[in-house]
Amino acid sequence: MTTNFPDGRITLIKGRCISIPGDDIDTDRIIPARFLKCVSFTALGDQVFADDRLELAGNHPFDLKENQGASILVVNDNFGCGSSREHAPQALMRWGIRCIVGQSFAEIFFGNCLALGIPCGVLSKPEISLLQELIGRNPQNTWEVNIEKKYIKDDLNKIDLEFDKGPHNMLISGRWDATSQLISNKNELEETMRSIPYLNQFKSN
Amino acid sequence: MHQVTKLPGGSSQLFVGLHLIHEVTSPQAFAALEEKNIKVRCPERTVATVDHIVPTTSQQRPFEDPLAEEMLSTLEKNCKSHKIQLHGIGSGNQGVVHVMAPELGLTQPGMTVACGDSHTSTHGAFGAIAFGIGTSQVRDVLASQSLAMNKLKVRRIWVKNKLSHGVYAKDLILHVIRTLGVKGGVGYAYEFAGPAIEALSMEERMTICNMAIEGGARCGYINPDQTTFQYLKDKIHSPKGEEWYNAVKWWKTLASDSLARFDDEVKFDASKIAPTVTWGITPGQGISIEETIPTPESLEPSERPIAKEACKYMNLKPGNPIKGLNIDVCFIGSCTNGRLSDLQAAAKIAQGRQVATGIKAFVVPGSEKVAKAAEKLGLHNIFLQAGFEWREPGCSMCLAMNPDKLEGRQISASSSNRNFKGRQGSANGRTLLMSPAMVAAAAIKGEVTDVREMFSPSN
Ligand code: SF4
Repeated sequence: MTTNFPDGRITLIKGRCISIPGDDIDTDRIIPARFLKCVSFTALGDQVFADDRLELAGNHPFDLKENQGASILVVNDNFGCGSSREHAPQALMRWGIRCIVGQSFAEIFFGNCLALGIPCGVLSKPEISLLQELIGRNPQNTWEVNIEKKYIKDDLNKIDLEFDKGPHNMLISGRWDATSQLISNKNELEETMRSIPYLNQFKSN
Repeated sequence: MHQVTKLPGGSSQLFVGLHLIHEVTSPQAFAALEEKNIKVRCPERTVATVDHIVPTTSQQRPFEDPLAEEMLSTLEKNCKSHKIQLHGIGSGNQGVVHVMAPELGLTQPGMTVACGDSHTSTHGAFGAIAFGIGTSQVRDVLASQSLAMNKLKVRRIWVKNKLSHGVYAKDLILHVIRTLGVKGGVGYAYEFAGPAIEALSMEERMTICNMAIEGGARCGYINPDQTTFQYLKDKIHSPKGEEWYNAVKWWKTLASDSLARFDDEVKFDASKIAPTVTWGITPGQGISIEETIPTPESLEPSERPIAKEACKYMNLKPGNPIKGLNIDVCFIGSCTNGRLSDLQAAAKIAQGRQVATGIKAFVVPGSEKVAKAAEKLGLHNIFLQAGFEWREPGCSMCLAMNPDKLEGRQISASSSNRNFKGRQGSANGRTLLMSPAMVAAAAIKGEVTDVREMFSPSN
């Protein structure tokens, strides 16, 4: 957990994989609502998957010794559905996750990840199963996610990843930090505001 | 019209007409702004309230929970230093953000509305483009009054005929989600239309759009019409005088016409929908009150694992009826069903009856305005006499960020919108979603009940 948070261009992530099997894992499970009562995100890393971990009493992937320090999360279908809380990717990021690979992602979750600089790459169902099996066999293995060239590989296997074009561009060019982009289009914003009826007493347009 | 420009990533920069904030998803956004020394771009276009963490028994400050107190005072401090209007406790306007904003006339047709809360889809009921955003986007909107947005496809959900007696907007939307699935709407905005939708009041329309998000859609949308304008007339922030007429004129041009083309269209028949209850751990796991818990064989193979997980978690057996299932807690409230008409529907069932022994039942108005209006009608007395608790406004047991929580394996009949594992505050607590009238009926009988059997000939 010593890696810094994402910054600048995001092109390559190297590390061990951790797999959380199951479809439709919602953000309430990733970070239960009671932990949202915070004014900063700092402690969220310890609370990620809190209830699932409690239930599995030490046997949850996030508690298993061999998974500590992993940085690539491997998931199944519709990961991150449910509440829009950005706390979910924040919690994952603060635990140490820098990249997620899965069959599909819920939209808001995907957007929240992008805004933090966490790439979410897509694989087909059989490819995910294969990857999960490989990780299960050898959790210590180091994998490389090449965002730029769109693949995940280890010494023996290489699987092509899919990334949405827009987000992909933003990640590899370092323009995923939306705020500065948005602020810079000042004149365009003012022009837009001049043309919106409800900002201009609904005068006929 | 709201597009500022195209962004390099291929998305659009979209101007946000109304930005709503609350205590949970805003503090980190403000902190990020301050870190970078960025000012709020249009403080007058952001409106704040407090809802998620407020206790509903005593709202005396400081709150008993120091964390909740810290969240509220952080919001107060942020609003003050950035000159943002905050509708706090006791202001007369406080409430769940998706209840109070429409009540104040803040949400209007043709606006873009954003809020750091997924149920922002609610505001689409006014013919607004409204969607939930994450905290980093809250920061973006504060900083630039805009955000990056991808184009959504539109699926029209056409509903013919009309809902039968004892069947409500909540049943309709639970039925839609059950049919199209919790992922059915991913990548889409759901536009609800057709005679059944047109016949709904604004409050009912809000219930529908509120839960569009549970069907995977980012937005819900309903064309503005006379019902919309009627609702908005004379609200605090509605346009007045000459402006009102110009506004209506513009709003009327917004409706997508009957020839509009949609990316997809699905049709429903409202008259065929029965009171609907969820039995599982996603809002899509719903059945009508007359049905039994589905057997794995009756489901699509892809739905079987989650159904199995749900049965185990809920402790339910496939093939068993949902009707007659014993419950422990009854919650009426939330941004889905905490409005005046919801409380009226529930009060009708509660009137002259008693909550079954051993059942904890409580009513949480969605806002201070709802509470006041309900008290004026004497609804609080009907509830109190029947053995319900009458609480102060807030999100309450919709999610467990305040003292209202399930305990242990308790099972609730809830008028809220999510039945995820642990949603209502106990890691193994269980939730059955249903309409407020169905919750009231369950409270009286102590078990899941068909509300239609509880109407006297006069109502
Ligand atoms: S009532 Fe529930 S769904 Fe609505 S804003 Fe509050 S917590 Fe969210």
